[in-house]
Order: sequence, then C-alpha cells, then structure tokens
Amino acid sequence: MTFFEFAGTVMPRFLAAVAVTLELTAVGVGAGLVLGLLLALTRVYANRVLSAIANIYIQFMRGTPLVIQVLVIYFGLPPYFKAVGLKPLSSLAAGCLAMALNSAAYQAEYIRGAIQAISSGQMQAARSMGMTKAQAVRHVILPQALRIVLPSWSNELIYTLLYSSTVYFIGLEELSYASMKVASKTARVFDSYIIAAVLYLVMVVFLSRILSYAETRLRIPGLSVEERGR
Amino acid sequence: MTATQILWQNVVPLFGALPVTLEVLGLLLVVGLTLGVVLAFVQAYGRRPLRILCIGYEQLFRGIPPLVVILFFWNGVTPALGVPVPGIIVAALALGMRSAAYQSQIFRGAIQAVPAGQMMAARSLGMSRIQAIRSIILPQAFRLAIPPWANEYSSVVKDTAFVCVIGGLIDLTRQALMKLAPLSMRRPVGTQLILPYLVILGLFYLALTYSGNGLLALLERRLRVPGFEMKGKVER
Repeated sequence: MTFFEFAGTVMPRFLAAVAVTLELTAVGVGAGLVLGLLLALTRVYANRVLSAIANIYIQFMRGTPLVIQVLVIYFGLPPYFKAVGLKPLSSLAAGCLAMALNSAAYQAEYIRGAIQAISSGQMQAARSMGMTKAQAVRHVILPQALRIVLPSWSNELIYTLLYSSTVYFIGLEELSYASMKVASKTARVFDSYIIAAVLYLVMVVFLSRILSYAETRLRIPGLSVEERGR
Repeated sequence: MTATQILWQNVVPLFGALPVTLEVLGLLLVVGLTLGVVLAFVQAYGRRPLRILCIGYEQLFRGIPPLVVILFFWNGVTPALGVPVPGIIVAALALGMRSAAYQSQIFRGAIQAVPAGQMMAARSLGMSRIQAIRSIILPQAFRLAIPPWANEYSSVVKDTAFVCVIGGLIDLTRQALMKLAPLSMRRPVGTQLILPYLVILGLFYLALTYSGNGLLALLERRLRVPGFEMKGKVER
C-alpha cells in the first residue's frame, strides 16, 4: 500500500478523531472564556479574599501539567462524586471539563492584563457620569479589554487545540490517541503520525486565519492597541 | 495504616523520580536554547532562502502537539535508526526541537529590539559586522530575552510530563501513574487518596516552575546594567 492508499483507508477514523479534537477545543475555549472572564473580574474588582482564592486557582492551573488536571478530574474526583451520589464522568465529559478549567486560568490572566491596561481614568469618568461600577465595566471597560485580548486569545485557541491531545491519557479517542492506535494496529508508525501532524497543522493554519480575520473585523479605527502605544 | 501514612508512602518514590524530570528538563533546555539561538540568528541576519527554511521549521513545530512529537520520535524515528537510543535523549530532542521553535522567536525579537542605529554606529567606528553583533547587539539582546525566556521555561516544565509515554523513562508523572492502580486497591480509603496524591504531584511541578523563575529573576537583576534598562517588552 502506498502512503496515500493507507491514508485513504484510515482517514474515516482520523476524521472522527479530528471532530473530537475540535469539540474539546471549542468547549475548552468557549467555557474557558466564560469562566476566565469571571475569574478575571474577581481578580480585579472583588474583595481581597475572593481575589486571593481566584489567584490560587489560576496559579495552580497555570503551573501544573494539564495531564495532572485531566487525571484529577477523571480519576481523582469520582470517589468523591460517589460519596454525594453523583455518577462518574464519561471520558469525553472529563476531557471537556479539564480543557475548560485549564483554559479558564490562562484566559483569566490575559483578560486581567487587558483590563488593567485600560487607564483608570476611564472608570472614574464613567462613574462621574452616573454609571454604576457594573455598568462601567460592561459598557466601557470590557468592550475595549476584550479587543485588546483578541491576539492572545488566538494564541490560546491554538494552545488549547494542541494540548487537547492530553486526554490521550484517559483513553479518549481524539487525534493523538487515534494516531497511536492506528500506528500500533497497522504497524505503519511513520505514516500514522505524519497524517496526524498534517491534520493538526491544517487545523492550526485554518484557525489562525479565521482569528486574524476576526481581529481586523472587530478593530475600531483609532482605538487599536498599537495606536494607543501600550 | 492511616491515610496520611499511605499517602506519604506513595509520595516518597516521587522524590526518586524527580532527577529524571530534572534531567529531561535540563537537556531539553540546552537543545532548545542552542538550536533556538541559531535559528534566531539565521532569521535576523541570514539570506532569504535560509530565513524561509527557519520560518518553515518554526511553523511546523509550533503546529504539532508535544505529545505527538514525542510519540513520533520514540515510536517512529528511534526504531528506524537501528541503534538503541536512550529514552532520555529522545525525550530531550523531541521537546528541545519543539522548544527551539518558540525560543528562536524570543531571541529574534530580542535581537530586533536593539535599535538598528547601534549596528550603524558600531560599523562606523570600524567594527566588523561579527564584532558588532558579538559585543554590541548580543549582550543587550540576551538581557532582553530573559523575561520571555522565563515564560518559555514555565511552559516546558509542564511539557516534560508528556515524556511519560516513553517506555522505561520513569519521570514524576510516570511514577505517579504507576502508583495510581495500587493506591486505588486500598479500599475504601485508597480511591479517595488519588485526588490529594495528584495535587501533591502538581506541587512538584509548581516548585520546579517557581524555583526556576526565581533563579531567572535573580539572573536578570544581577546582569542589569544601571542606566541601560530597555523599556521595550519582547513579545513571544
């Protein structure tokens, strides 16, 4: 069998695995954004205790390998779930949860940096115009902060895509696990990993294109980061 | 035995596995630093075809998960070589070549952050291009590169966990994985100990990250030349 014939026969399995990889990435980044935004707002605006708790969470998630976090959620938590009468998570649910909890910590730091990059005078101006603090955050700070965050956010998306391979360790068949399985089943090790690598590269290029397009579309003339000389 | 004793009994072997993780980390940083600096040089000063080649290398290694790179090197390349290569070398090369792709961007950014006028000034003083790079550009560029390099350090510390897929290489994560099954056998308390055990494993990595970053911050302070701090941040 030539490489391309081989690629043709295993492609259905690889494409099914790509779908799982993309699902993990989408859930990880999407749910991570929501949770990350909450964490960032807690870090910046909440009282000292809550802010410290959020900080410990962020430091731990950013400082430990994702493998450990995946293992914690898949093997570490279920005994405690059982104690309160909950069912253990499926590997897909555990994988998605781990990706989201991990990405949230990174995104929280990006968003916090962006919020702090906006001059404090804007908050004062908004408050002096009669806005509540929540209104000021929602209408003045966040629309700018989230635009500043967009470039780091596209990095985060690529990272999440690549590190979704970590769920390999709980036997969830995403792209890396599928390539390992195909490699050992067919003994065409080189070809299997090369197909996986090419598929990852295609996804990376495709996603970065979409994001740089989004960046140009959302830009507000005169308010871009470079022009403000951050 | 109390839960704490069981936990401690399983934590002790982690200290035995720590040197393996440290070795992988040290070796991969050496590989990544050497190759990364060379790539950065070629990109900053090399000819166009060479530059394009370097960009290709970076895009390639930045677009593939570390796990796949390790699996490819260990299961694909090593058996094809025909000679036995120790797992630790394969681990360091796989992760090091990947880290080089990130480090080259750090060093290229640092080289380019040194104002171009300095090269012109050095040349007009009669220095050769090589001399100017060696005595003017690099001393500043390396200092600028330390903070973003610390970020890269933090991220490769975590990447070392992936080397546990290499058979026979018992690093921190592999050691912990080997203990999970026996630990969960100790019913009823055993399964509940998995969570604290994994958190302790995480603390090992946190300690590596913090101590390394502390050393790098110290290095940055020590090497600082008063009056010559550059404000420009080097983006990764």
